[in-house]
Amino acid sequence: MNQLLEGLTLSDLTFYLVAALTIVSAAGVVFSKSIVYSAFALLGTFGGVAGLYLFLAADTIAIVQIMIYVGGILVLLLFAVMMTHKIESVDVTSRSMDLHKALPPAVVLIALIGVIAKKTEWKLLKAPDDNPITAKLGDAFLGDYLLPFEVASLVLVVALVGAVVMARREVKGDFSRKAEKESE
Amino acid sequence: MVPNEQILGLAAVLFAVGAIGFVARRNVLIVLMSVELMLNASNLALVGYGRLRAALDGHVFAFLVIAVAAAEAAVGLAIVIAVYRRRRTANLDEVKTLRN
Repeated sequence: MNQLLEGLTLSDLTFYLVAALTIVSAAGVVFSKSIVYSAFALLGTFGGVAGLYLFLAADTIAIVQIMIYVGGILVLLLFAVMMTHKIESVDVTSRSMDLHKALPPAVVLIALIGVIAKKTEWKLLKAPDDNPITAKLGDAFLGDYLLPFEVASLVLVVALVGAVVMARREVKGDFSRKAEKESE
Repeated sequence: MVPNEQILGLAAVLFAVGAIGFVARRNVLIVLMSVELMLNASNLALVGYGRLRAALDGHVFAFLVIAVAAAEAAVGLAIVIAVYRRRRTANLDEVKTLRN
């Protein structure tokens, strides 16, 4: 045990803790019986992935991950959970879990990724740069990657307007019905 | 420092867990959460490869994937709410008007 721990620095230990948190909460999302538990386990996964970004010296992406995934998408998901299930019946959810149908594709997938990862020779092109990248990222977005950046903003606007249009109630019909009643 | 192989392996495992959830669970919200898991795994791999190349494009693509994920969550949840309002169900097997 001591020999095992000898080559382990504090940074390695933290990495394995964060990785374990990510994978365990991901499993919690998928295998949990209650949908509310799934939503809260997703919080652990998003936080763990943000921590892994910090290990990769991707500070901007880590902050964006917390702001958008935890602050936006997770809250949206929780709202949807509360709106589609009455609070008291929250633990009676998604019954059929057909694991033997799901396991073969997942095993094949992970074997495929593993074989490709083993056969390819990964090497560092340059020594990785562990300095903050926010300024360089901003320059890249307003320079080389200006078109993808603008297209992304257009996609977001269209998606948000479309979401509002789809999720709103039909107000028009109610108004005309009310008007009919009043005229009667 | 963290070896890149471990990050890539972690991303593969995360993606596989998301794929299991996508196929096995029949609640729309869990399926959407599994899609988010897979998108997170791909982002992790993108940032890992970007570090391998010591270039910025991995980060840029991760940004774009996050934007698309936000759009997907907004539209997907709007559809879930609309279907639930009409059908009173969030189970994928009960929504089959377009089948056959």
